[in-house]
Amino acid sequence: MRKGSKKGKSRRGRERVIRCIFFGVALASIATLGLIALFLFVEGLPVLGKVSVTDFVFGKFWYPTDEPPDFGIFPLIMGSVCVTAVSSVISIPLGVMTALYLAECASARVREWVKPIVELLASLPSVVIGFFGMVIVAPFLQEILNIPTGLNLFNASLMLAFMSIPTICSLSEDAIFSVPAELKEASLALGATHWETIARVILPASISGISTAVILGMSRAMGETMVVLMVAGGAAKIPTSLFDPVRPMPASIAAEMAEAPFRGDHYYALFAIAIVLFLFTLAFNLVAEYISNKYRQVGAATL
Amino acid sequence: MQDSLKMSTVDLDFYYGNFHALHGVTIDFYENQVTALIGPSGCGKSTLLRCLNRMNDLIPYTRVEGKVCLDGEEIYEPDVDVVALRRNVGMVFQKPNPFPKTIFENVAYGLRVNGIKDKAFLADRVETTLKQAALWDEVKDRLHDSALDLSGGQQQRLCIARAMAVEPEVLLMDEPASALDPIATQKIEELIRELKKRYTIIIVTHNMQQAARVSDITAFFYLGEIIEVDKTETLFTRPKLKQTSDYITGRFG
Amino acid sequence: MNRMKHKNGVRVRRKVIQGAMFGIFKICAAANGIALAIMLYFLVSRGWRAISWTFLTQPPIDSMTKGGILPCIVGTLCLSIGAIAVALPIGVASAIYLHEYAHPGRILRLIRLGINNLAGVPSVVFGLFGLAFFVVYLDMGVSILAGALTLGALTLPVIIGSTEEALRAVPDTYREASLGLGATKWQTIYRVVLPTALPGILTGTILGISRAAGETAPIMFTAAVFFTPSLPTSIFDEIMALPYYIYVLATAGTDIEATRPLQYGTALVLIALVLGLNLIAIIYRSRLRRGR
Repeated sequence: MRKGSKKGKSRRGRERVIRCIFFGVALASIATLGLIALFLFVEGLPVLGKVSVTDFVFGKFWYPTDEPPDFGIFPLIMGSVCVTAVSSVISIPLGVMTALYLAECASARVREWVKPIVELLASLPSVVIGFFGMVIVAPFLQEILNIPTGLNLFNASLMLAFMSIPTICSLSEDAIFSVPAELKEASLALGATHWETIARVILPASISGISTAVILGMSRAMGETMVVLMVAGGAAKIPTSLFDPVRPMPASIAAEMAEAPFRGDHYYALFAIAIVLFLFTLAFNLVAEYISNKYRQVGAATL
Repeated sequence: MQDSLKMSTVDLDFYYGNFHALHGVTIDFYENQVTALIGPSGCGKSTLLRCLNRMNDLIPYTRVEGKVCLDGEEIYEPDVDVVALRRNVGMVFQKPNPFPKTIFENVAYGLRVNGIKDKAFLADRVETTLKQAALWDEVKDRLHDSALDLSGGQQQRLCIARAMAVEPEVLLMDEPASALDPIATQKIEELIRELKKRYTIIIVTHNMQQAARVSDITAFFYLGEIIEVDKTETLFTRPKLKQTSDYITGRFG
Repeated sequence: MNRMKHKNGVRVRRKVIQGAMFGIFKICAAANGIALAIMLYFLVSRGWRAISWTFLTQPPIDSMTKGGILPCIVGTLCLSIGAIAVALPIGVASAIYLHEYAHPGRILRLIRLGINNLAGVPSVVFGLFGLAFFVVYLDMGVSILAGALTLGALTLPVIIGSTEEALRAVPDTYREASLGLGATKWQTIYRVVLPTALPGILTGTILGISRAAGETAPIMFTAAVFFTPSLPTSIFDEIMALPYYIYVLATAGTDIEATRPLQYGTALVLIALVLGLNLIAIIYRSRLRRGR
């Protein structure tokens, strides 16, 4: 009855097939990631026939349509690095402190209002934020700072910061929340104030989660396209001041792809920039992954 | 009363990862009898119960050694159909866990997954089972309301009805009344005494009075081992071992 | 007594520090709200005048300087619904595998790594991938299909994440009860787990649609064009889309200053669409949580 009956066997066979189907579908994400990498390399590597890796990555001049063209993307890389760095200076403290406020200070009712605001901020389409930076913030900056253009490194960083704050905030909040209540209570019971408990117990205990949040937020800022395309100013040179216009990598790709002749050198070069960008964000994500695995938070003993 | 052997374990060892939860457990369960497993929390009684219908298969990093037999057939053999096994060995859980479906659909669930579609048959079986579970009179006018609207005691009787609807031969109960109030508990206990006429019942409880009230045989567990098994009356009045008498007189645990 | 007093002084200082820090936290949290409010204020105050029945139901005329944005609205709806049609089945099935079938181990870690990294791929890289793979290699051309597939790949991690969260919220006792009744794994998932998780999956779907609707870079080279004379008739047609339209009007239109009201109006429509969907999801979710 129980063993090896025909019905049981066909049922188990069917279950196995279903399981395999789900497994196959679950591989879709990896497959997509693999295809992305494959096609970037197939379309991007031919540029190395024109220019060496070092000249491409460290070349100081990006004049892809000149005769002869210059394919040096160092200014673009610096543009990306600078907007990411400056936006992090704004978004990390704001994001982490908002998370602390939500997780530790806010009453349940306030949380119920503030959390959706952060979520709505996260959902704003990047093109709208870029548009806002272009038509509202840029003229404003230009006027009060008396600078030649409001479309610059600072403006782009500011807009990017508000795009990465929600990422940093919600992931940090998760990390802070998962600090076991026992730890917090032990500190409070020893006479520490709530703030001292946060600074000495909760933050150290959740630092790996917060680091992951920060890295993913930075990765988002570096990969963001529309904001830097519309707001950063578009000059392919290494910035020397906070108010210089820059041309980060995504901006260059998005702006030039439409005009680059199909499978010409310029086209290959843009795909090669995408490879660099892809590797940058991949590295960010792998580091975040590594930190969150290696320093996995241990809660109260389980089992 | 017949004394025919229904289920048994022989030298059963169970591991959660490196944690050795059961040590060489050997015990027999007889038809139409209620066997109670008692002992302090963490002693392995629930683990043993979950070995009997292979519910522990669901937990990763667990391992079983030894034999568990149902009607003389080993249930941990590789070619055993776990699904069919669980149809024969039903289970009632500690907390009432009705599905977020109607009362009717909860009871009919086990039949539906068995491929029964005949509406008249389903309705008939649901009614009989709910009557057996002493719940029919309370719910007959609202069979199509959500089961989550029932009281805790009603929910638990519904879960028992749900387990009975597939007509298992063995019914495992994991502290079925621990989340309930005394009146609901009393109803469940009456039900158990009624049900043993048709089933082999194995019940885990930490309430010794409950074990004494409902069971025919009681097994005392401590640290993953069986310390003593005997007729309930004997075990509670003349335990052979000091450990057992210490526990039942409340000196530890 | 003296010692108590001294301690009192220290305690006051500690209290003040705490008050100051909590004040800063509060200001930071408020900054988010203020940023959102400022942005919405400018877009609404400058955009609402552009909104009219004509604006929502007519195609643009006079080389984009007048008329409406109907084709963009239709295009964005096509693209985001298409994206969800791609991402929803794959995403839900992936999440079911990860949460219900997979055992912890190397394969599970690898799949998770893939999903996390896919979520981190920049949107413009999705655009290039869509161009190279769907448009050129699979020869779909610049089309709704290519754009929807690209956006689908981008929304996949969103759907997987929210579905997994919904599956996590289904109590394990439901699974055990069902398996204990002799249901197979698939019967358990299909009849108990999925129906229970459905509201959560629905919330995730709404969020996925709104994400897809707002993206620009992935559709720049795969689906969107600045102008098409007519509404699309097949999935192989090129299409206009709200985000791309805003971008082109604001940066490369024929007369940027003259079309400013149109730009604000289009941005407002897009924001209303995206925030509206998000609000629905947020409210629906908080209802669900309270209901539990």
